[in-house]
Amino acid sequence: MDFRDTPEEAAYRAEVRTWLHANAQPRTSDEQRFGEGLDDAERISAARVWQRRKAEAGYAAITWPREWGGSGGTAMQQVIYGQEEERFLVPRMVFENSIGQCLPTVAMWAAPAVRERHVPRGIVGDEIWCQLFSEPAAGSDTGGIRTRAERHGDEWLINGQKVWTSGAHFCDYGILLARSDWDKPKQKGLTMFIIDMKAPGVEIRPIHQMSGDTEFNEVFLTDVRIPDANRLGEVNGGWKVMLSTLMHERLAIGGHLPTHLHRNLIQVARTARWNGRPALDDERVKERIANAFLSQHGVELIIARGLTALSQGKEPGPEMSILKLVAGRGILDIAGFALEMAGPEGLVAHQDLGREWSFLQQLWLSAPGIRLAGGTDEILRNVVAERVLGLPGEIRTDRELPFRELER
Amino acid sequence: MNFDFSDDQRLLAQEVRRMLAETSTSTEIRRVLAGHATHSADVWNNLVGMGAAAAAIPEQFGGAGLGYLELCLIAEEAGRHLAPVPLASSFYLAAEALMRSGNEEQQQRWLPRIAGGDVIATAALADAEAWSTGPAPVFADGRLSGRFAVVPDAMIAGLLVLRAGDTLVLVDPAAPGVARHAIATLDPTRPCGEVVCTDVAAQALCGGERGAALCERVLNAAAVLLAFEQVGGATRILEIARDYALQRKAFGRQIGSFQALKHKMADVYTANELARVHAYYGAWALSCDAPELPVAAAAARVAASVAFNRAAEEGIEIHGGIGYTWEMDCHLYMRRARYLAQLIGSEHAWRTRLADALIREAA
Ligand SMILES: Cc1cc2nc3c(=O)[nH]c(=O)nc-3n(C[C@H](O)[C@H](O)[C@H](O)COP(=O)(O)OP(=O)(O)OC[C@H]3O[C@@H](n4cnc5c(N)ncnc54)[C@H](O)[C@@H]3O)c2cc1C
Repeated sequence: MDFRDTPEEAAYRAEVRTWLHANAQPRTSDEQRFGEGLDDAERISAARVWQRRKAEAGYAAITWPREWGGSGGTAMQQVIYGQEEERFLVPRMVFENSIGQCLPTVAMWAAPAVRERHVPRGIVGDEIWCQLFSEPAAGSDTGGIRTRAERHGDEWLINGQKVWTSGAHFCDYGILLARSDWDKPKQKGLTMFIIDMKAPGVEIRPIHQMSGDTEFNEVFLTDVRIPDANRLGEVNGGWKVMLSTLMHERLAIGGHLPTHLHRNLIQVARTARWNGRPALDDERVKERIANAFLSQHGVELIIARGLTALSQGKEPGPEMSILKLVAGRGILDIAGFALEMAGPEGLVAHQDLGREWSFLQQLWLSAPGIRLAGGTDEILRNVVAERVLGLPGEIRTDRELPFRELER
Repeated sequence: MNFDFSDDQRLLAQEVRRMLAETSTSTEIRRVLAGHATHSADVWNNLVGMGAAAAAIPEQFGGAGLGYLELCLIAEEAGRHLAPVPLASSFYLAAEALMRSGNEEQQQRWLPRIAGGDVIATAALADAEAWSTGPAPVFADGRLSGRFAVVPDAMIAGLLVLRAGDTLVLVDPAAPGVARHAIATLDPTRPCGEVVCTDVAAQALCGGERGAALCERVLNAAAVLLAFEQVGGATRILEIARDYALQRKAFGRQIGSFQALKHKMADVYTANELARVHAYYGAWALSCDAPELPVAAAAARVAASVAFNRAAEEGIEIHGGIGYTWEMDCHLYMRRARYLAQLIGSEHAWRTRLADALIREAA
C-alpha cells in the first residue's frame, strides 16, 4: 500500500505540469473558474481550442486505445492529468460527455467508416456530442422510451421527444436511443443511433434550471432522417449498447467533490461570528467540518480504490455506485452549512459577496442535480442492494409484456 | 499509488480468518459473555502462536517483524469474529507505547513477553481529565497515585501502562498499593476492571518520544487498528442481516425484497465502505509514519465508530423480534460496537480531534 506516486506516475505528473505551465494560466484561488465574463458561444469556442491543443499533446483521450486515436494510457494517468489541470484556468466539462461516454460508444459499435468519420474529429474538438436517452416518461426507467424509430429502406425516421439532454444546444451530434419495435418487451425493442443535432426536424429548447443556468434541453424530433449506416449495434439491440455507454460512464472516474471544500468551510467559519465569537470556536461547527472531510476525502479514497482495481486489471464494480451517493449528499450538506454559518447574510445573492460565496452558492444550487443525473440516489441504492449485496430485484410487471400493451 | 494490501498480506489474513472461524465461535464467545472465562484462551493462543498478534513487533523483541499493514488486516478479522481476546489491550495499546517510548531495558524486559503471550498487558491512555470525575492521577518521584475507572482486561494483565498527565507509567499490578477489581460493562465479552493506585512505586516510559505527543501517537495507532476491528464487525453483521433477509418471508415475499430494507442495507453498506477507505488510508499513514496520521487516524476512528454502531443497530432491526433475543448473536455485535467506539475516547471527542487537526493544517 502506498499513496505516493510511483516513479512512473511522478514522471508523468511532471511532464503534464510542464506542459500545462507552457500552455495555460494557473488559477490564483480555489474558487476561480474559467470563462468568467464570457458568453456561452465564447466559452464553447474556447473549449474547442483547448481540446485541440490537448489532442495535439496526447491529453485529450488519455485512456483510449491507440486504434481509436487515444493515448493508450492508464486511468491513473487520466486522474493525474485531471488533478493537475484543475489548478489551471482552462475550460472543463464541455467535452466530458463526448470523450467520457458518447465517442467510446461510437468507437465500439459503429461501422468502420462511420467510426473513422467521427472519432478523430471528436478528439480534436471539431465535434461535440450529447446523450439523448431520457424522455418525459422514461428517466430512471430508461426502458420506457417512446421515441419512435421506423425503418424506410436505408433510412430511419425518428419521431418523439427527449428531455434533460445536457449540452444539446451546443452539440453537433448525439447518441440517441429510440423504440424500433413496439411488439417486443420494453428493453428488447430499442435501437441506438447517431443523430446529427443540426439535421432538419431537430428542435432544441433550452430548459431553465434551478441553478439559473441552462445546461440541459428538451429536444423535439419530427421526421428526422437517420441513415441506417448511423445505427450503433443491432436493430433492437440498443439496450446492450446503452449498458456499454453506462459502463464507460462508470470507468470515467473523475473528481466528484472539490477537494478543497473543507477548507472553504474552515475559511467561512473563521470569518463568520456566532454569539460574538468566531464560528470556528464552536464545537458544533467543528463537528460539521469533520463530517465534511469524511465525505469529501472519502470520495477521493473511493476513487483511489477504483483506480487500484483498474491498475490490477480488474474492473471497478457496482460498488463504485456509492461514490455519487456520498458525493451528492455531501455537497448538499457542506455547501448548505457554509451558507448557514453566515446567517441572514448567507442569503445575499452571490454577485455582491465575491468569488468564494459565488462558488459555494452555485455548488449548493447544483447539488440536487448531481443527486439525480446519471442515476438517482434511490436507483443507486437499488444497484448496491441488488448487485453488491445480492438482494432480490424489484417486483415488476413490465418485463415480459409487449411494450404496446403496457399501460401508460 | 497503490491503495490495496498485497497478496501476501491477504494470505496471512485468510489464514487468521480460517483459524478464527474455527475457534472464535458463538459458543466460545458466550463462555466469556456468561463470565465463565475472562477471554478465550484458545483463540488467544492461536493468535499469538501464529505470530499474528505480534505482527508489528520487531523480530529482535520476539515479534513477527511484519508491520502495521499486516496487523490491520488481522484486526479486521478479529473484529469480524468478535474475538474475545485482549488483542487491543496488549498489542495496539501497551506494546505500542513500549515500542514508541520504552528505553532499551524496558523494551527488552516486556516486549518479548508480550509478543510471546507470556504476559498480557494493557493501557489506560485517555486523558483522564477529559471525562473522569475524581482527581487526576499524579506521578512524582517515581510514585503513582490515582484511579483508573475503566481499564480493559485489567484483571488478567501482568503489566499496566497508565497515564498520569502526559507521562506514561509502567505499573506492576502485583506491586504494593495497586488495587483492582472487575467491573460489569455493556460488553461482557471484553471484561474491564477498575485500577486504583495508592503511592505505587513505578517507572515512567523513558526512551524515545515523551509527553502529550507520545500519548497522541499511541492513541492514533490504536485508532487505526480499532477502526479495522470495527470495519470487520460492521461488514460481518451486515452479511448476517442480508442472509436473514433473503431467508425470512413476510407478506408472501422475502423481506429482503422490500425496498425499505434494501435501501437501509445499501446505506449501511455505504457507511461501512466509507469507514473502510478511511481505515485503509489510516493504515497507510501508520505504516509509513506519514505526517497525515493525526487526520487519517481520527477520520478512520469516527467513520468506523459511526459505521459499526449503525450496522449493529440495524442488524437487530432487520431481524425483527428474534434479533432482540439473548440467543441470537445480533446483540453481541451491538455490544462490541459500543465497546470499540468508546474504548479510547468517544466518537464525539475524536470528531473534535479531527476538526482540530484539519484547522491546524488549513492555517
Ligand atoms: C443535471 C442533469 C443532467 C442530465 N443530463 C442528461 C443527459 O445528458 N442525457 C440524458 O439522457 N439524461 C440526462 N439527465 C436525466 C437523468 O438521467 C434523469 O433525470 C434521471 O435518470 C431520473 O429520471 P427522471 O427525471 O425521469 O425521474 P424519475 O425516474 O421519474 O424519478 C422520480 C423519483 O422516483 C424515484 N424512483 C424512480 N424509480 C424508482 C425505483 N425503481 N425505486 C425507487 N425510487 C425510484 C427516483 O429516485 C426519483 O426520486 C440529466 C438529469 C439532470 C438532473
